[in-house]
Amino acid sequence: MSVILFLEQALNGVQFGLMLFLLAAGLTLVFGIMDMINLAHGSLYMIGAYFMASFVQMTGSFWLGLPLALIATAVLGAALEMSLLRRLYGRDHLTQVLATFAVILIANEAVRIAWGSQPIMLNPPAGLTGPVALPGGLQYASYRLLIIAVGLAVALALYLTVTKTKVGMLVRAGASNREMATAMGVDIKRLFTAVFAVGAALCALAGAMLGPILAVQVGMGENILILAFVVIVIGGIGSIRGAFVGSLLVGIVDTGGRAFLPMLFSAFLPPQLASAAGPAVASVLIYVLMAGVLYFRPQGLFPARG
Amino acid sequence: MTFRLLGLGAAMLIALSAQAANELKIGFLSTLSGPAGGIGNEIRDGFNLALKLAGGKLGALPTEVIFADDTLNPDTGKQLMERLLKRDRVNLVTGIVFSNVMLAVWPTIEESKIFYIAPNATPTSLTGKGCSPYFFSASWPNEAHHEAAGAFAQSKGFKNAYLIAPNYPAGKDALTGFKRTYKGTIVNEFYSKLNQLDYSAELAQIRAAKPDALYAFLPGGMGINFIKQFVAAGLSNEVQLIVPGFVSDQDVVRAVGEPMLGMFDTSQWAYDLDNDANQKFVAEFQKEYKRIPTLYAEQGYTAALIIDQAVRDAKGKIEDPKAFRAALMKAPERAKTPRGKWKEAANGTPIQDYYVRALVKDREGRIVNRKISTILKDHGDFWAKDCSMK
Repeated sequence: MSVILFLEQALNGVQFGLMLFLLAAGLTLVFGIMDMINLAHGSLYMIGAYFMASFVQMTGSFWLGLPLALIATAVLGAALEMSLLRRLYGRDHLTQVLATFAVILIANEAVRIAWGSQPIMLNPPAGLTGPVALPGGLQYASYRLLIIAVGLAVALALYLTVTKTKVGMLVRAGASNREMATAMGVDIKRLFTAVFAVGAALCALAGAMLGPILAVQVGMGENILILAFVVIVIGGIGSIRGAFVGSLLVGIVDTGGRAFLPMLFSAFLPPQLASAAGPAVASVLIYVLMAGVLYFRPQGLFPARG
Repeated sequence: MTFRLLGLGAAMLIALSAQAANELKIGFLSTLSGPAGGIGNEIRDGFNLALKLAGGKLGALPTEVIFADDTLNPDTGKQLMERLLKRDRVNLVTGIVFSNVMLAVWPTIEESKIFYIAPNATPTSLTGKGCSPYFFSASWPNEAHHEAAGAFAQSKGFKNAYLIAPNYPAGKDALTGFKRTYKGTIVNEFYSKLNQLDYSAELAQIRAAKPDALYAFLPGGMGINFIKQFVAAGLSNEVQLIVPGFVSDQDVVRAVGEPMLGMFDTSQWAYDLDNDANQKFVAEFQKEYKRIPTLYAEQGYTAALIIDQAVRDAKGKIEDPKAFRAALMKAPERAKTPRGKWKEAANGTPIQDYYVRALVKDREGRIVNRKISTILKDHGDFWAKDCSMK
């Protein structure tokens, strides 16, 4: 195999990882800081993508639709937090799972009623629909380069916000000891609503960025949410850095497995068996990775709290 | 959803029990919600349209349709089918979208000796050795679209082809069907993960392999993901993409749009088939639902027309299996369906034509699946040879 193909697959892995990071970042914030298992994270991702598709259609512009979708989803997220999720913080995780699973079902049917049951259209902005030539003669989808850029920008922005700003300090204080933070005068209620709204906006960003290369349809969130959970479990719950590293690991291992395992297997297995075994093993690779990480570091790679 | 339908079913049952016995009750079990719900809705809309145009009467009998949603869960489907058959006591059942649900509910149907009219899934295990007089497909045998695609790739003189399908039974059947009629070199036969999101690794390999043609059977959201990414990677300029109609009909066109131009697909039907029944169907469907119908809608519509014809010809004797089956088997040659007439093989599958359609813009600028040729004429089910019914 050529060097170009190897580089392309490596880039694909990083790109897929950053796709997952967009979703995992919001999930890990909510999970880590609010100690809340929010299965409905995928629903916010779906709703973000639907808002995006609608606003793009309404305004005729991808770049005008994007901020509108982020704001609309953040408002919806805040409303969800204030009306329902707030009541679940004190409960055990099973209750949270059940309640937010109900939110998934309600969200799916609500989207079906509002937008219909068939997938809707969301395409890349003009100018980013085709491939570009990278150095070395590599043809790469220009829109995927945008996803890489946005993923890196979000990672940097979140990292700086959480570690270097006053808000970030409050967030960290709320995460590590809720009662103490309240005693010190932090308005935890408002802080959590804000964190959840930001998480929802991140969902919308993920939905809006991934919509042009994935199907925008009812239930689109559940599929990708599983991967996002794998990412934050590997990375360490609540840690932005962990989500970033976990995403890249999952992206590279999954893509690498799909790209190289069939080839590797065909070197020492008969072709029939190799073409069957390669993809099969590749599809479980990230779970093997997760099991391995959990065995050696049960808290994940970068645990947020001691 | 299920609870609402349960309630609805119960209400209908009470309403019905008071009426005269001279009526037709049809159980319609389909996937109406969840990610794959779009297909079931399309079949239902087609079925409902035919019923409406017939004045609410199929076979001249007042007709009640009881809908149930299997949510693509075989166990749910099985329970709902039991309810339709035992409590609602329907005369006929239809509606199932997916082969796995079909196979799960089939023993229940066969046991109760009620006829099932397939508007979609027609798995090979019900048409070969496992064929049954109570199973009647008004759609197509599962492998036919793929055989048509293979024949098309062959006729175009593509020297080699790259095949991709999800790693589950229908994916393997699809590629088996394709390979049955395509005689060129198979560059690679790739089975991707079910419900895969990102295909960049596969697309990079396809680009490196430089095949003449690419056959992709990736139904539902997988197909949308794949086509979007295929075009974004610029591969549409290098490789000819061929798909079965399930991957590229109007439901997908509405979600993907322009990038689909230039693809080819195969189908048992096309919106521009030149016959009166089809023109009526397409015009009425657009009037009713404000969209171009898909092949699924045609299947639902045709299933209703076949029921109408068979019940009429059997003079309402649905309870007499021999008479009703005889009427059913003749119905495709008598009913005026959008597909035209066809002969039903003894194993209960259509012997019909398959078309190649190109994704092009029509005069109004809409993206449509336009028929370009008839690739297989009077094509029957490969597995009919294993069926003992003659």
